[in-house]
Amino acid sequence: MAFDKNSNQFTFIFATVLVVVVGSLLAVTYLALKPAYDENVRREKMQNILASLKVEVDRDAAPAKYAELITETALVDGAGKELEGDAFSLDVLKQYKDWKAGVVKDEELKYPVYKATLDGQTLFVLPLVGTGLWGPIWGYVSIKDDGRTIFGSTFDHKGETPGLGAEISTPIFEQPFEGKTIADETGAFKGITVYKGGTQTADPHGVDGISGGTITSQGVDEMLKRLLAIYDKYLKTQLVAVPVTTGPAILGTDSLSLDSMSITVDTTHTASLNNR
Amino acid sequence: MSTATAAPAAKPAEGLFSKKNRKLITDPLNDNNPITVQVLGICSALAITVKVQNAVVMSLSVLAVVVVGNMVISALRNLIPGRIRIIAQLVIAAGLVTLVDIVLKAYVYDVSKQVGVYVGLIITNCILMGRYEAFAMGNKVWPSALDGLGNSLGYAWILVVVAFFRELFGSGSIMGLRVIPESVYATSGGAYFNNNMMILPPMALVIVGIIIWIQRSRNTKLIEQA
Repeated sequence: MAFDKNSNQFTFIFATVLVVVVGSLLAVTYLALKPAYDENVRREKMQNILASLKVEVDRDAAPAKYAELITETALVDGAGKELEGDAFSLDVLKQYKDWKAGVVKDEELKYPVYKATLDGQTLFVLPLVGTGLWGPIWGYVSIKDDGRTIFGSTFDHKGETPGLGAEISTPIFEQPFEGKTIADETGAFKGITVYKGGTQTADPHGVDGISGGTITSQGVDEMLKRLLAIYDKYLKTQLVAVPVTTGPAILGTDSLSLDSMSITVDTTHTASLNNR
Repeated sequence: MSTATAAPAAKPAEGLFSKKNRKLITDPLNDNNPITVQVLGICSALAITVKVQNAVVMSLSVLAVVVVGNMVISALRNLIPGRIRIIAQLVIAAGLVTLVDIVLKAYVYDVSKQVGVYVGLIITNCILMGRYEAFAMGNKVWPSALDGLGNSLGYAWILVVVAFFRELFGSGSIMGLRVIPESVYATSGGAYFNNNMMILPPMALVIVGIIIWIQRSRNTKLIEQA
């Protein structure tokens, strides 16, 4: 029987064999290289956490440095209470997407926290995740042991516009976060506002957004406000855990501040009158 | 190329690097360049030429996919049934592209993050299907490999040249190394700004246009007769 490569039978056989061969080749390669890929992703995460502590290491050195600096991890719920479970293995981006899609409910959300000891001071690294213009944006913010001052921050994105929204991952955007506070002196939560038009950067609770990257900046703003509000609750529980004089002192200043506030209002009022 | 030693012997009358075979490599570099003459693969030339490194990785990926794909298809050319030949080529191309993507993710993670989705989009690069269908289906393995090599090199040099200018004027660096000193920038007291236009895709088209212009003014046989 003469071989006819255009017969129906051979066409079927050829298509089947080709697809099976290509498919198995891909499956084998994928399985063989997946550990290397997963390790890259794991190290990159460590690298990002360290970057928010202003510790720059290359990816190969990340696991050792991570083990050295990160002393404790915690998983907290929406009320700031600690939960059982491993913080590092929680994929916050996936959780965020599921939450957006309605698969995960509000009360099921978990928030990882990494506690680091750097030069003797305790720092809290808080992962953030939100939505930019083209896709997800995320970052880490580290908070000093006073529970409100930002020590460092790092942001990244999947595909924001190069030169515009993508600038959130550059020091130009990240550095101004240092020293900003997420709550005022009385402990009232303020979050961090990303301003459009950098006129209000003197605000202790605000930073300058990216010109031309308005939607991305708004995404960062939303992500900071939403997640820092939750982490703020957790950070407060951490402060109470070390009850020096903070508890009563806050009460004291509370009653005091009422008085002093009324006085301040009065003086400014008079001052402005005088000016007129 | 190191593959030359491993290549199967062609017709005894014809050397591995006969004039005809050499032309397979040199033609696409200039007279029959896939980007500037055939105007194929333009989309990727616009997308991944912001940085030279990305352009190099993209070029190498395309090179691997075109050369290996050309060889596989050429080897199977007497078996591939005519009615499903395009689909068969597509399966092979898709398989190779996915393979490249997996390898990049495992070994050059940083780069794979930057070229990201575009590696997957190599499959839509017209150069691929163009070479598979137009050349590999009708030629022996060795000439097909050379043809794939020539075309992807022709693609690569345009990509790298475009990326060179875009990275230089758009980011002030080459291969990530700073070329324009930080001190001349307006942010540190100078008067220089990066050209943001360079980062956006339309500038790639303009640069490709300029390359085509220069090429045609030097190589007059490319000019179409009105």
